[in-house]
Amino acid sequence: MLSSNNMISFEKVTKIYGDKSVALEDVTFAVAPGEFMSIVGHSGAGKTTLLKMVMAEETPTSGTVFFDGVDVHRIKRNRISDMRRRMGAIFQDFRLLPGKTAYENVAFAMEAAGRPDDVINTDVPEVLDLVGLSNKMWNFPNQLSGGEQQRVAIARALINQPDILVADEPTGNLDPVNTYEVVQILKKINDLGTTVVLTTHNRGVIDFLGKRVVTLDRGKVVRDDPTGKYVL
Amino acid sequence: MLGTNIKRVSRQGFISFWRNGIVSFVSVFVTTVTLFIIGTVIVGNAFLTASLAELQDKVDVNVYFTIAAPEGEILDLKTRIASLPEVKSVEYTSREQALQNFTERNKGNTLVLQSLQELGSNPLGAVLNIKAKDPSQYAGIVTYLEKQNQSTLSGDAAIIDNINYSQNQLVIERLSKMIAGLEKLGAFVSLILILMAALVTFNTIRLAIYNSRQEIGVMRLVGAGNSYIRGPFIVEGLMYGGVAALLAIILLYPATLWVGQTTSSFFGGIDLTKYYIANFLQIFVLLIVSGTVLGMLSSFVAVRRYLKV
Repeated sequence: MLSSNNMISFEKVTKIYGDKSVALEDVTFAVAPGEFMSIVGHSGAGKTTLLKMVMAEETPTSGTVFFDGVDVHRIKRNRISDMRRRMGAIFQDFRLLPGKTAYENVAFAMEAAGRPDDVINTDVPEVLDLVGLSNKMWNFPNQLSGGEQQRVAIARALINQPDILVADEPTGNLDPVNTYEVVQILKKINDLGTTVVLTTHNRGVIDFLGKRVVTLDRGKVVRDDPTGKYVL
Repeated sequence: MLGTNIKRVSRQGFISFWRNGIVSFVSVFVTTVTLFIIGTVIVGNAFLTASLAELQDKVDVNVYFTIAAPEGEILDLKTRIASLPEVKSVEYTSREQALQNFTERNKGNTLVLQSLQELGSNPLGAVLNIKAKDPSQYAGIVTYLEKQNQSTLSGDAAIIDNINYSQNQLVIERLSKMIAGLEKLGAFVSLILILMAALVTFNTIRLAIYNSRQEIGVMRLVGAGNSYIRGPFIVEGLMYGGVAALLAIILLYPATLWVGQTTSSFFGGIDLTKYYIANFLQIFVLLIVSGTVLGMLSSFVAVRRYLKV
């Protein structure tokens, strides 16, 4: 497997937490640029750990994780933020900054990346409009519904035009209508060329997407279907 | 780029100081108490030092000369004493002056004045009043004087009649020990007070930032660099310290007024409020600097823990 041609690749990655519980065991797979890959599995199968490895939030016990040909865990601590700016991340619990408005949450990602003010002033309203929140730009997260919060999070993840979008059960806290909308947005992003890695519990989402599915069970990859259905 | 970042970091710090009203209020309150204590310690130390200095100034040694002692020899001795490094000042009172002082003091006492007149001649000898730089040095000075007296004794008659040190020796020794002890105690108590107050502030700010630990993690995941995340918190810490210093300096004024009024009856020496106003700028700068440094340092250390994502 040539790691340099892939957006993401895992090579024999094992993660054992301190108390000897095995989260991932000998996981090997690769994600090509522009691909939409879903990861399914029961709770505790290792989905979140896997995504944390991509973001360099966790280090593997053994094995290597590559992002665009670079060993993620060899990147110096002060360069990790550069790598993360090339990734967008959304989470089940949204993880917006509670003290900032929707606008400020999105603008923060641009400011942190050192983008100039005039670009921020034009891009942020545009992206918020794209996710249908132009009328709630100045609301704080606690004044938004779950679906709206997740859309702010998506806007924040996309604002720096990342190479890859990492989504950790983004629909886990949403009702069916919002779930459908969020998945639609993810699909659109992928159609525009961004690689997407999604973890989910939701059978409907997988069946709707009809894209590649990797199934994890107790830390091992047990199935990898190019146009998968939800099988567990 | 750096300019933009400084601008953004300052703005974010200011906004979150404003939005986290209760947290900011508590942090400013605690920091104010700390700075107030530091200010009190400074003014209190000045008060203690001035009081002790005044007390020290009251301690002196009088050398009484015999009536027959020639003025030239006394003045000669005076210059020699004045050249001693331990001696702060020497004051000469001539026989005539001593008599005048005596009559002045006993103006109303006709009996004394009458007996003085009956005596005909001036019964009082000249006096040297010696003040040492430190009360503990009197013993040495007196020994020196006694030696001088003996050396004159071998040739001429002794010119020193009496030194009032031996009567006061016990009091002087006690006082000098007490003053040294009080100075040490003052410094120790100040240090402990300041340390405790600083620790309380440090922990309050740490708790305030503990509240934001998840946010810090999110900022890391969104791709913000460490210094960019830390910046607004340090600005907030700076604002806690700055606002608290302003409040403390305002609160200190009525405090010195009150303490000055209640203690003037038995000390009288130093006017605290006057001291406070005279040294206002130094105290103000000191409080501002210690407040902002304390706030910024606390923030810096507190954020570091949560940057490990």
